[in-house]
Amino acid sequence: MNITVNINGKRCSHDVEPRLLLVHYLREVVGLTGSHVGCETSLCGACTVALNGKAVKSCTMFAVQADGASIVTVEGLATDGKLHPMQEAFWNEHGLQCGFCTPGMIMASKQILDRNPKPTEEEIRHGLEGNVCRCTGYQHIVNAVKAAAAGAAK
Amino acid sequence: MASTMTQTETLVGKRVRRCEDPRLITGTATYVEDIQMPGMHYAVIVRSPHAAALIRSINVKQAKVAPGVVAVFTGKDTERVGQVPCGASLPGLRVPHHHVLATDRVYFVGHPVAVVVATDRYLARDASDLVEVDYDVLPAVADPEKAQVQGAPAVHPEWPDNIAFTFHQEGGEVDKAFAEADVVVKQRITSQRLIPMAMETRGVVAEWRGADRQLNLYTSTQIPHLVRTLVAQMLGLEENRMRVVTPEVGGGFGSKLNVYAEEALMGFVAMKINKPVKWIESRRENFLCTIHGRGHVDYYELAAKRDGTILGIKLKIIQDLGAYHQLLTPVIPTLSVLMMPGLYRTRNVRADIVGVFTNCMPTDAYRGAGRPEATHGIERMVDILAGELKMDPAEIRLKNFIGNDEFPYQTGTGLLYDSGNYAAPLKKALDNVGYVKLRQEQAEARKQGKWMGIGISTYGEICAIGPSPATPAGGWESATVKIEPTGKVTVMTGACPHGQGEETTFAQITADELGVGIDDVLVIRGDTAIVQYGIGTFGSRATAIGGTALYYALQDLKAKIKKFGAMLLESDDVTFSSGQVICDRTGKSKSLPEIAAASYRALKLPANTEPGLLSTRFWEPPNFTFPFGAHIVVSDIDGETGQIKIRRYVAVDDCGNIINPLLVDGQVHGGVAQGLGQALWEQAVYDEHGQLVTGELMDYAVPRAHMMPWIETDHTTTPSPVNPLGVKGVGEAGTIGCSPAVVNSVVDALSRLGVRHIDMPLTPEKIWKLIARGKLK
Repeated sequence: MNITVNINGKRCSHDVEPRLLLVHYLREVVGLTGSHVGCETSLCGACTVALNGKAVKSCTMFAVQADGASIVTVEGLATDGKLHPMQEAFWNEHGLQCGFCTPGMIMASKQILDRNPKPTEEEIRHGLEGNVCRCTGYQHIVNAVKAAAAGAAK
Repeated sequence: MASTMTQTETLVGKRVRRCEDPRLITGTATYVEDIQMPGMHYAVIVRSPHAAALIRSINVKQAKVAPGVVAVFTGKDTERVGQVPCGASLPGLRVPHHHVLATDRVYFVGHPVAVVVATDRYLARDASDLVEVDYDVLPAVADPEKAQVQGAPAVHPEWPDNIAFTFHQEGGEVDKAFAEADVVVKQRITSQRLIPMAMETRGVVAEWRGADRQLNLYTSTQIPHLVRTLVAQMLGLEENRMRVVTPEVGGGFGSKLNVYAEEALMGFVAMKINKPVKWIESRRENFLCTIHGRGHVDYYELAAKRDGTILGIKLKIIQDLGAYHQLLTPVIPTLSVLMMPGLYRTRNVRADIVGVFTNCMPTDAYRGAGRPEATHGIERMVDILAGELKMDPAEIRLKNFIGNDEFPYQTGTGLLYDSGNYAAPLKKALDNVGYVKLRQEQAEARKQGKWMGIGISTYGEICAIGPSPATPAGGWESATVKIEPTGKVTVMTGACPHGQGEETTFAQITADELGVGIDDVLVIRGDTAIVQYGIGTFGSRATAIGGTALYYALQDLKAKIKKFGAMLLESDDVTFSSGQVICDRTGKSKSLPEIAAASYRALKLPANTEPGLLSTRFWEPPNFTFPFGAHIVVSDIDGETGQIKIRRYVAVDDCGNIINPLLVDGQVHGGVAQGLGQALWEQAVYDEHGQLVTGELMDYAVPRAHMMPWIETDHTTTPSPVNPLGVKGVGEAGTIGCSPAVVNSVVDALSRLGVRHIDMPLTPEKIWKLIARGKLK
């Protein structure tokens, strides 16, 4: 099937198998390997991307379901070589160690602030429920989201 | 914060943000699965659905003709591939044959039976369903205590007792200690099987360049050089014809401190099909076929005087080994024995291990590897003793700690503790948490029928693993420092950091020693074609041993830089400081780039000096290092639901000198999360047929953000005398300190019901039952 998707502001059109998962489409057809496959069952969140502005797990969605959609992946966050404030916050606050969950974690964190620019710590933690990190114990991730929120409020 | 610092500002000890992060936060890092090669094929492994069965036949005819399939291999094809190696050499150890693919029998659910190779990952997966294996299912045993009962199914028919080894160690005068004791407390304590669950599953890309007889293996590992040596042997390749590349590694926690069947198998496949091949472990496979951790049943006895003085410890460990030995499987419980006295003075110790085969995935090193089990045991026992003697748990610990004037301290288990001030972190933690006030609050809460608990654990651990005589493969680490002709500095470490952040901490050390900016330093690891032989990253060894090798290589270069500087300045009275060689008399100076250029241009050389600026050092540590600390947990339990809420988590860790406090905090947080996972939620459950019931993230509860308490970190600093950096290591500290503090807290909360021990994980169901039963009494 032919699909046309806007990915990180660029129009992409490809013939894909109907069963091709969106994450495999992004990684192997489009060549954006930032979205990772951590569990294949939408439980870990490493594959989180923004689809029409909403965070979704691209490992349990078919590429054909994204036909006509607008997708932002972690590669699309930085603009003109300048990191997105959430990326900068993860860096400053040591919100990552091995980095495997990080792209999904950053996309989920961005969504938290998109919906609620001043979240409480509890709201941040609940917003990250769908994303697993095995390295950080989440504390520095929570700090990163707080810092990004504080930075945006300035 | 700018990452480039001026040359005079020192970086060691500062919260420097990481050099490795830009590629990770932009999604541009390369993990194994991100590697693409022209003509690459994909492998899917067919695995046993049974825990024990004879293989009657395997029919691959349909699979072989399926679309896209280029080859199917079974155990018959791989018979000449060497055994999956076990690095342990305990006396009398029974080592089962461990083929990369099963031949006539399978021993655990997930045992690899065949591999299907196709041009596309979906087609390979399709065809894997067409492989027909005819099994004769046999009875299995998944419980290490049941496996020792007469008549239990034999995991390996040649050893019907299921015992792989026994191990005895003794120090001091144990019988005398127990005979003289006023009180002896006994307890069975389990440390359940856990799934390491690194976020990145394992994966391998193998590329065979037949004309060069060269195998390139990209694998997600903590030990690239050891993988090269061992997999080359398995494949019958000369070691120098094999290159192992470890790209970005998405977490290991010990689970990638191994050599796996699939690593050799992909090498075999690539050599057979003459094309690159990729295998990526699914999460389901990761749960089934990557090593598990822990798996202890421990029987403890503690002898003491009425005043709380501990006189002796007896310990019997039943170690669930699983069906095979992976690289270090039998070694892990011996680390528990070494660590069994904890921070306490007694040298009267007796330990016996029984290593038991079960029809399960092998256990091996998982964060802490034997030390969390030992610490959990001794810290629970000390609390049980305190309860028996009606003593405060802090007081009994302070009474039994090894004194500050007793270091280095020879333990009853043969270790030499390097340095310590064990009371300091405990006292700091008690202050930080407000212990006295909390006890008063607890007394009030109890009157109101509330369940509030305060739990203390004081842990020690063995880090910087380790001196070569104590390790199967050499315990040193290596570093090369090259100062390029432009003065830029390249560091190659034999360690293999995979999230710990040594690209940053090693750059900090280098920048300070050479007086260059952190951005002038590049740290390279994880490629056997580039980096000199190394051991790898595990057991909190990278900074303590690899960092020391780096430190000495830097000293070599500083001496050489000074010689070139002296020559260029035509003076013997020179000082090297802040990246300049300065003439003490004239004040004239030469910068590092000027000196580097002159050393390579080599128009003139100092006496007895070669051109260039490069040094390689292999550093053999004289001892382990022994970090320590105190963790305190305050918990509130909902008596109606059994739900545990951690109100406070206070951690005071002493890991020696700290290179980067930001990263040390990160290590403690992550370690605590894994300790809390074990204490409250995680458990790998095999049913009586050897089926893994917790085979997915749906059934296995790893901590998520909303489940974690805020962790209040703090430190005391007792430098290690073992290495010139004074560092000890902090990778496992959080995990080791955590679980006994949590369980001690919950047992403390329930103590008025007569509860004195609860095995992990402390599920609400377990807690609710204890409360409900206690109320009925």
